[in-house]
Amino acid sequence: MNNTINTIKNQTLTYQQKVMQLAREAENSVQVLDIPQDVKEYMDKGIICDMFEGNAPYRPRYILPDYHRFMKQGSEFLELQPPKDIWEAVNYLLILYKHVPSITSFPVFLGELDQLLEPFIDNEEEAYKAIKLFLTHIDRTLTDSFVHANIGPKATKAGRLILKAERELKNAVPNLTLKYSKDSEKEFALEAITTGLEVSKPYFANHQMYVKDFGEGYGTASCYNGLPIGGGSYTLVRLNLKKLAEEAGNLEDFIKIYIPRAVQRMNALIDVRIRFQVEESGFFESSFLVEEGLIQQDRFTAMFGMFGLAQCVNLLLNAKVQEERYGHSEKAMTLGYDIVKTIEREVNAHQNPYCNVTGNRFLLHAQSGISADVEETAGCRIPIGEEPELLDHILHAAKFHPLFPSGVSDIFTFETTARNNPEFILDIIQGAMEKGLRMFAFSCSDNDLMRITGYLVKKSEMKKLKDGNQTLHDTVALGLEAVEKQNLFARRVTQHD
Amino acid sequence: MTKANVHKIIPFSAVDGPGNRMVIFLQGCNFDCAYCHNPETIALCNHCAICLKACPYDALAWENGKVCWNEKLCHHCDHCIKACPHTSSPKVREMNIEDVISHMEKVKPFISGITVSGGECTLQIDFVKALFQRAKEMGLTTFLDTNGFVSQDAFIFLGDDMDMAMVDLKTWNEEAHRELTGKDNTLVLQSIRYLAEQHKLYEVRTVIVPGLLDNHQTVKMVSQLLSALDQNIRYKLIRFRPMGVRKKAASLEEPSDILMEELSDIARNEGCKHVIVV
Repeated sequence: MNNTINTIKNQTLTYQQKVMQLAREAENSVQVLDIPQDVKEYMDKGIICDMFEGNAPYRPRYILPDYHRFMKQGSEFLELQPPKDIWEAVNYLLILYKHVPSITSFPVFLGELDQLLEPFIDNEEEAYKAIKLFLTHIDRTLTDSFVHANIGPKATKAGRLILKAERELKNAVPNLTLKYSKDSEKEFALEAITTGLEVSKPYFANHQMYVKDFGEGYGTASCYNGLPIGGGSYTLVRLNLKKLAEEAGNLEDFIKIYIPRAVQRMNALIDVRIRFQVEESGFFESSFLVEEGLIQQDRFTAMFGMFGLAQCVNLLLNAKVQEERYGHSEKAMTLGYDIVKTIEREVNAHQNPYCNVTGNRFLLHAQSGISADVEETAGCRIPIGEEPELLDHILHAAKFHPLFPSGVSDIFTFETTARNNPEFILDIIQGAMEKGLRMFAFSCSDNDLMRITGYLVKKSEMKKLKDGNQTLHDTVALGLEAVEKQNLFARRVTQHD
Repeated sequence: MTKANVHKIIPFSAVDGPGNRMVIFLQGCNFDCAYCHNPETIALCNHCAICLKACPYDALAWENGKVCWNEKLCHHCDHCIKACPHTSSPKVREMNIEDVISHMEKVKPFISGITVSGGECTLQIDFVKALFQRAKEMGLTTFLDTNGFVSQDAFIFLGDDMDMAMVDLKTWNEEAHRELTGKDNTLVLQSIRYLAEQHKLYEVRTVIVPGLLDNHQTVKMVSQLLSALDQNIRYKLIRFRPMGVRKKAASLEEPSDILMEELSDIARNEGCKHVIVV
């Protein structure tokens, strides 16, 4: 009750943010999940974290509707015919977005926007106006930085207009990913880089690697989560590798006893959450998205997250000096790799009948951390402030990225002079992907838009909130907390000569 | 086997030609510019051993009458360079082609090509030629960063093994050029003209140093020359910064943003299409 009244009286929350918070309070007032005692024990210790998904999961965490199908067939439930021009196209999409559930109630995936809009680009000037209004509408009403759109891999008129609009608008929302492959047109990729050096997006996603893992029908949602389109992920639960290493105390027990035990408990929690959604919540029986074929239950899977690998490895190796630590030593990298491979093996030994699309297995995810994490580094990243030179940083990251089909990323910050030479960044991205990098996030040191973990927040908005003002986007508060606790301004900036 | 004195190698550079480039800095220069940003690249080490005492990490040793540098112990604090009275560095290495190639192999997927810089790299032109040939075999582009004080024969010798060059034109006024560098600029201008005719001039650079040089005249005249040769040749105006320079230049004034803007306007008005300010 205390939380409820505090939420109601909180003057830094907008009305909409209060409503969402109150809905969370209501959900958490019931206990419907039959979570085994030993799982609860690990949750209490902070070794397993359910990412505040709520006590009664009444919708999947990440939904990636098949928007192509929607554009072809319209929607009976929403009483929409297939769009015939750019104005109908953007409006109908905006209508649908407001009916796509998630744990924030904002859609985490907006579709492959360039492909969706390309058939409607006749007059580019008019289309540009429509796209700008569309993106502004998204930023001002889907006020959450986990709202994520995709473009690419091929150059399109729509894709160029979206990039141009992003540079002009400089909005935090939507998050944006370019599916990039060697076959993507160079000029288009360079335009995306120019855009990224202004507004810290898009991500460059390794299209070839994703296609190998998912086939063509994948999207990037929320922070940087690769998932099947027409489905998504029921849930994301994460394992705190640092705390698990502390509990184990030594390397041998960690590998032989503690990893299998923790994975078994993680799996059990994921199973419980999936079972409730599929068998009890009624979501898949009642959502018009299912009814109209925009999502299918058998296109959903679940994400097995982990974080704090750096601290875990340093602890198990008792690595104190930099040369021995994660990110700087071959031995630490090899151990980190072996740990993730061991987890992968254990995860793959478990089957869940509702994860058909991924062979009844859960997908590994290098979880990017939440604002409250203080001692643990995101996923398998190198701790902020300890990053090595760019080349070594990339080669380190590239070793781990192939292991995480449902998402992993590293963030690279460049000096402003990189703006004179976007090909410099493209060369680096190409090399990084050739070496195995899945997701390349980059920005320029003076950008207002800042990538917090995977999502974007404006530095100026965080300052506004810190000064006690309301901010439109709910993720500003998360960004501010992360910046203050995790020393994000200390990220290494690559010098260029 | 061709060898060179290598000052250092950096795997990634955004400012030494198109795309991302590995840059090999060769030691030794035939200019002695007052404002040089890397004076430690000018002379070869004469093993006077003065730097030994300056190293706080025992990374320098005296072996067989020579100063030896231990890279593993080095923290790159550059105290040795500050202590050197001869505009040199104890960290210069004699490397053969294979040594440099092994660096290139590691970064090959990440780069468009290599740039050989200095010092003045044409002083070791046999090495440059051999390195460029190998780089070409690896599918990399080859750029030369030179002060232009070199005979046309050098560029003829490099031929198509060199893709393009970047040349510094420090000041237009001959007298000032002699005073600044110790040499005439006639040969530099010849190099610029020759390379442009061969379509091998990627960029000309001028460091802007208020209070020392007539920057307005240089920018105006270079811009006129470049736009007559080829308007697409990049003209890069570089701010003088006191970091790394010798004592006599440390008190020189940095150019203001307004001055840089004014000079880049001059360059554009004279017809240069690609004016870059850094």
